[in-house]
Amino acid sequence: MIEARNINKSFGENHVLRDVSCKFHPGKTNLIIGQSGSGKTVLMKCLVGLFEVDDGQVLYDDRNFSAMNIEKRKEIRQELGMLFQGAALFDSMTVQENVMFPLNMFTKKTVEEKIDRVNFVLKRVNLENRNKLMPTELSGGMKKRVAIARAIVMNPKYLYCDEPNSGLDPQTSNVIDLLIQELTYEYGITTIVNTHDMNSVLSIGDSIEFIYEGQIWWSGNKEEILHMGNKELNDFVFGTELTKRLRK
Amino acid sequence: MLRPISTIGSYVLLMRRVFTRPQKGKLFWQQLFFEIDQLGIDSIGIVAFISMFMGAVVAIQTAYNIDSPLIPMSMVGFTTRQSVILEFSPTVISLILAGKVGSRIASQIGTMRVTEQIDALEIMGVNSANYLIFPKVVASVLINPVLIVFSMWLGIIGGCGAMMFSKLVSMHDYILGIRYYFEAYTIFYAITKTICFAFIIATVSGFFGYQTQGGALEVGQASTKAVVVSSIVIILFNLVLTQLLLG
Repeated sequence: MIEARNINKSFGENHVLRDVSCKFHPGKTNLIIGQSGSGKTVLMKCLVGLFEVDDGQVLYDDRNFSAMNIEKRKEIRQELGMLFQGAALFDSMTVQENVMFPLNMFTKKTVEEKIDRVNFVLKRVNLENRNKLMPTELSGGMKKRVAIARAIVMNPKYLYCDEPNSGLDPQTSNVIDLLIQELTYEYGITTIVNTHDMNSVLSIGDSIEFIYEGQIWWSGNKEEILHMGNKELNDFVFGTELTKRLRK
Repeated sequence: MLRPISTIGSYVLLMRRVFTRPQKGKLFWQQLFFEIDQLGIDSIGIVAFISMFMGAVVAIQTAYNIDSPLIPMSMVGFTTRQSVILEFSPTVISLILAGKVGSRIASQIGTMRVTEQIDALEIMGVNSANYLIFPKVVASVLINPVLIVFSMWLGIIGGCGAMMFSKLVSMHDYILGIRYYFEAYTIFYAITKTICFAFIIATVSGFFGYQTQGGALEVGQASTKAVVVSSIVIILFNLVLTQLLLG
């Protein structure tokens, strides 16, 4: 389980996160939702240690990540996988080299074992026989799937996904969402997905944290979210013309 | 006033992360040979072209300026050799490399920063500063002296070619000049300068690339800054090293 306890984070005068506390459970897709600029990405970057918190704690199975030095953090980071908004594939490497990179860096497996593992995860994300392609030769959805393969190749305990559907069409978005959910259930990963896509919220939101102006405004799940009387939450959930009409 | 101090502080802090033991030796060696190819071998063409013409111009200008019959014409070869070895090859070629290699390093690392590739490395538990910058520094420090020695040789050959075609000085006099009163210490001085300049180019460019924030515009700005600052630091250190080693 990942837990954020009373996290505060400011950039100069801009107080982005205000006393944020929440828990993310294993074997579930935990969503952080909110409008652009509400603090979702800052919260995620604080959780993974790309930003240092000003105040508060981040706990990974009761291990205080925020108080650890760089060396100790490396141990936890090897249990993490992350899917970035733009996929963040290494442009100079092929698909196979990208996925194999963590194995090359942190394991002593033989080349054959590493290739087997790469092929296994590529098959898992439906990208068989694409090993030799360069990132520039892939579509947006394929890049995201390669990034997921790279994120899960080390069997992570915790998986972070920052806006996994940004720039994708609704059908491809759905494929990516379902893939993340399947992997979460299959391997019992603690998955945290940062999104403002309501399709994702309604299809994979086992647990949802709604963040508004840097604070946790509402917590619940996909069943509860449509029936809440909370104004800020409803403004977000029913913000599009389509959802407004459906609600009517 | 505070900004340059803060920049130097950030540079020192980054270098503390860069100069650590590589996490995986095998990957480091792979990266090192790749960088030697990209930063060094790939620069041979431009270094050869500039060195030949530079040597030729120095020889012609020296011959043109010798009016007195009391000065032997072998002085053309001597002056060309000394100018090329002491200053033109180590300093001018390093400035050219600051432009070519420095902008390449800064834009490559800067692009990796803005496309979150560096964040991806950090999340995996990789020391991204060490992984990305250290092989470039080692590669530059190893390959630049080779390029500079090659440049010295071509500069002198260029001067020789110019004299041969212009017939301003006989081959005999030119060769006599380039062999006259040769001190091996001048090569030591040139190589020492080159190693310092290579270190400056790779670390300063790596620093500006690594600190990039924003998008394509900022990557371009980082690349320009890397070239400008590397060149200024090279010029400053040229004076300091010359005073220390020859003064």
